[in-house]
Amino acid sequence: MSLEESEKNKYNYLGDYDVIVIGAGHAGCEAALASARMGHKTMMFSINLEAVAMMPCNPAVGGTGKGHLVREIDALGGEMGINTDKAFLQMKMLNTSKGPAVHSLRAQADKWQYHIEMKRTIERQENLDMKQQEVVDIDVKDGKICGVMTRTHAYYGCKAIVIATGTFLRGKIFIGDSNFQSGPNGLAPSVLFADSLKAHGMKLRRFKTGTPARALKDTFNYDEMIEQDGDEKIVPFSFMDDSLVKDQIPCWLTYTNEETHKIIRDNFQRSALFGGEIEGVGPRYCPSIEDKVKRFPDRKRHQLFVEPEGVHTDEMYIQGMSTSLPEDVQRDFYHTIKGLENIYITRPAYAIEYDCINPHDLKLNLEYKYIDGIFCAGQFNGSSGYEEAAAQGLMAGINAALYVSGKDPFILDRSEAYIGVLIDDLVTKENSEPYRIMTSRAEYRLVLRQDNADTRLTQKGYDIGLVSEERYQKYLKKKAVVERELKRLNEVTVGPKDADEFLEAHGSSKLQHRVSLMELLKRPELTYSDLAEIDPERPNDVTFHAMEEIEVRVKYEGYITKQMSRVARFKKLENKKLPQDFDYSSLDGLRIEARQKLDQIKPMSIGQASRIAGVSPADINVLLIYFEKVRREKKNER
Amino acid sequence: MDYKFTEDTIAAIATPFGEGGIGIIRISGEESERILYEIFKRKPEVMEDRKMTYGHIVGDDGRKIDEVLAVVMRAPRTYTGEDVVEIDCHGGIVPLQKTLELVLSKGARLAEKGEFTKRAFLNGRIDLSQAEAVMDLVKAKADKTYDVALDQLEGAVSRRIRDIRSDIMDILVDLTVNIDYPDEDIEIETYSKLDTGLSNVKEKISKLIESSQTGKIISEGLKVAIVGKPNVGKSSLLNSLLKETRAIVTDVPGTTRDTIEETLNVKGIPVVLIDTAGIRETEDRVESIGIEKSKESLNKADLAIFVMDANSGVDDIDRGIIEYLDPKKTIVVLNKMDLDVRVSSKEISALLPSAEIIETSIKNDEGVDLIENAIVSRVYKGEAKQEDSAIITNARHKNLLEKAGASIDDAMELSGREEPFEIIEIEVNDAYETLGEIIGETVQDDILNEVFSRFCLGK
Repeated sequence: MSLEESEKNKYNYLGDYDVIVIGAGHAGCEAALASARMGHKTMMFSINLEAVAMMPCNPAVGGTGKGHLVREIDALGGEMGINTDKAFLQMKMLNTSKGPAVHSLRAQADKWQYHIEMKRTIERQENLDMKQQEVVDIDVKDGKICGVMTRTHAYYGCKAIVIATGTFLRGKIFIGDSNFQSGPNGLAPSVLFADSLKAHGMKLRRFKTGTPARALKDTFNYDEMIEQDGDEKIVPFSFMDDSLVKDQIPCWLTYTNEETHKIIRDNFQRSALFGGEIEGVGPRYCPSIEDKVKRFPDRKRHQLFVEPEGVHTDEMYIQGMSTSLPEDVQRDFYHTIKGLENIYITRPAYAIEYDCINPHDLKLNLEYKYIDGIFCAGQFNGSSGYEEAAAQGLMAGINAALYVSGKDPFILDRSEAYIGVLIDDLVTKENSEPYRIMTSRAEYRLVLRQDNADTRLTQKGYDIGLVSEERYQKYLKKKAVVERELKRLNEVTVGPKDADEFLEAHGSSKLQHRVSLMELLKRPELTYSDLAEIDPERPNDVTFHAMEEIEVRVKYEGYITKQMSRVARFKKLENKKLPQDFDYSSLDGLRIEARQKLDQIKPMSIGQASRIAGVSPADINVLLIYFEKVRREKKNER
Repeated sequence: MDYKFTEDTIAAIATPFGEGGIGIIRISGEESERILYEIFKRKPEVMEDRKMTYGHIVGDDGRKIDEVLAVVMRAPRTYTGEDVVEIDCHGGIVPLQKTLELVLSKGARLAEKGEFTKRAFLNGRIDLSQAEAVMDLVKAKADKTYDVALDQLEGAVSRRIRDIRSDIMDILVDLTVNIDYPDEDIEIETYSKLDTGLSNVKEKISKLIESSQTGKIISEGLKVAIVGKPNVGKSSLLNSLLKETRAIVTDVPGTTRDTIEETLNVKGIPVVLIDTAGIRETEDRVESIGIEKSKESLNKADLAIFVMDANSGVDDIDRGIIEYLDPKKTIVVLNKMDLDVRVSSKEISALLPSAEIIETSIKNDEGVDLIENAIVSRVYKGEAKQEDSAIITNARHKNLLEKAGASIDDAMELSGREEPFEIIEIEVNDAYETLGEIIGETVQDDILNEVFSRFCLGK
């Protein structure tokens, strides 16, 4: 409690927390849980508790790159993977025809169940409170956050906050020529809070995103669409789950056609997107249907998926068809699509514009540079997607907790996790549209696989006090099993007599002499599971997750080793640290543009500096020489 | 793009370019010793720290390239503070260049100008006062234009690199889309499509390497045609060049007895004289054959030496030959200046604008050295300063092109085995980045390297 005397009367003091999380979406939930699990008294505010872990867009978790993030969140002790395993409707491993580095898990999720499971986890979490309240102002003293004020004139003291406002912040929905202030899904927007942040000097910008229509299940014609089922063998997201059983629900594939495109083209001028009302920048990788039609005039069709929103509702989500065209046009063009001729639309598609920060104003621990104790996550940082939000929320929550305890920040670098790539990209690189993770953004993706997320991260999560003892023991067990199996596979050999019949059955060439099982596993056509047939001594404690890692490590050993040597070189530059309080404008060996960029971003290391647009290798050399000089001068003084 | 700041192993010719008594190749970095043992057939046990050891540099085909002295200097008490190897070759561009290429092929990277000095500083081997000087230079140069790499390339080359990069980009885009958007309704990348794309890129890179003038000169020599009507002194010039220089290769493979080529070493530059037999023959033949022969030789030449008789003036045969000459690629030798001079340089300039004219009396051994200098400066393209020579700069480009080519080769091999796209993508991406370094798009600007370039390369 540190309000000025004069203001005290205006507010009702309602308590103190270590960490206050503003927003209860995927970022907010992970932040709040992480902070509470690390032992800090934590509060999570949401304008509406029905919005806890809400999925206002697609009913899915994971996908390429995103699936990696979920596994990493899980490995660090986050909730998204476990929650998805509870609420999924179907599970699919993508890219199985490609190599293991880009295998990506995706789940269709039951939105309501996802929300309710997460809400229950939060309700039952020790150290964590949750309240339906709109935060409208922050209290800053001596450059430090010390409290927040709510719409109902309540004051809560705190040591750190996590801002995770998603699309609520000055949210504005666009449908055709109508637009109105609104949060996602018709929820109330947060307007006063944006004013407060601006009054405290935060620079905000506008981004845009959109969502397609929902329609009733029984009004689709399924004979006209192609069924899309989940995998027969369900792969769990969480390393805590060894296997899952469920009757999976299918999705449906169909296509737009020339008629659809004609209606859209004829009504371009009625789209809010092209009408000029929308000032926010939308993502190129997830365009609205009018964008697709405009940018790819030669495409005769675009695909779309019809996906269930959950088992407690008949609403279906029409993936790939977001739009800001008016409702009548929406109805007309949806009705031209095979299988959608008679759909009844329960919620029209809309575009939504919202305030967000330029993440260049954040440090790599997601702390705002200009006021101590403010951490930021999710769409507020200019990202898009539930998984990107959750990953940042987790890291913001962890770092808020570490900040409160006066400990060093927890930062993952680009060679350790997709989370590291995501945050480094946001903080360091130029982003002019909502940021989505992609496997191609990672330089070291043979190392950053989804199968080894726990090997990469669980020890770290344990060291900072987030990973539970149960998870840690499970991880140690898996690690031991993997190492033991790798050793055993190398030692156990089979001869032509034992193996030839098996090999022939699997389309693999026969043996000339005895070979190790490891050698056989290196053959692309053979899997670890297949080999069980000629491996009678195999212990029965090899879990699915262990199996996945064993297989990849054997098959791709050479490539992985090669990439590890690059990682070692990368690390050398990341380990050349730069001071955080240095005034680059005074270093006149640098070019002007580099000085400005370096002053804005204040990179933590030479490596990070080298990734800033506008900082050339020459500038890097100047930095290397200068700081080496400073270091030696200091040494000479001693 | 990171690699420049990391401690990979670098190599360069440390002695001034051209022909010297010995030439030194310096290698610095963790891999130095390993690289030496792969090309220098002595056992590691006999290589004592800081002791010169005699032996041979042997190529991958088992052929001896040079007889050398090599020395290993182990970190940290070395110039750069890293493991350093120096190989003293016999001098002359050919063995030196061949040895360097061998070193590079074993995993070293060609050093940037001044890179040894930069490492020396960063590893604490140069004192602070020198660092101050370095910083001052950096400051003075800082805001000037910086596309040095770009300036060093002719527009045509950088256009071709851009073109190749854009082809590679197309492949990368296809791969990425296939990896990151498996659900999208897009044409699936196939190995055969990938192979086609990669072979196309590979072919373009190979062509560029072949067409790289310097690369050609170093590996094949500068092709020079001596042309002119009978009895102007072509034979004397040929004999004089052969006498003054020592032939380094006598039989050039692939040539027939009809068109003999002779290779000379002109101040360190290998020079191939085209159709030396023809030169001798035409002295005794009628005029028309002289023109025909000249035409044939000119088609094959990088440089023409057009010999004229100062005593006889310009006649129709001269004019006939001039028609086939490219003035930019011609050195005019106005011979027999010891006799009455009946033609002026002005007159020749009118016929061959911008061609270089050298007055000689070959019979009296006057002016032959001027011709040699003219040949050499052609190769240096006017950048005669040794530490700055175009050859070294272009060797860097050639090295990068070869590196990019090797990445594409690896990608093709992986694709042939139908390995996963994301593994192939790594190699393709490497090629893209490597080519970017040539045109300065990944490594845009390296002022410090420019600063250090004032020190002799290799230091």
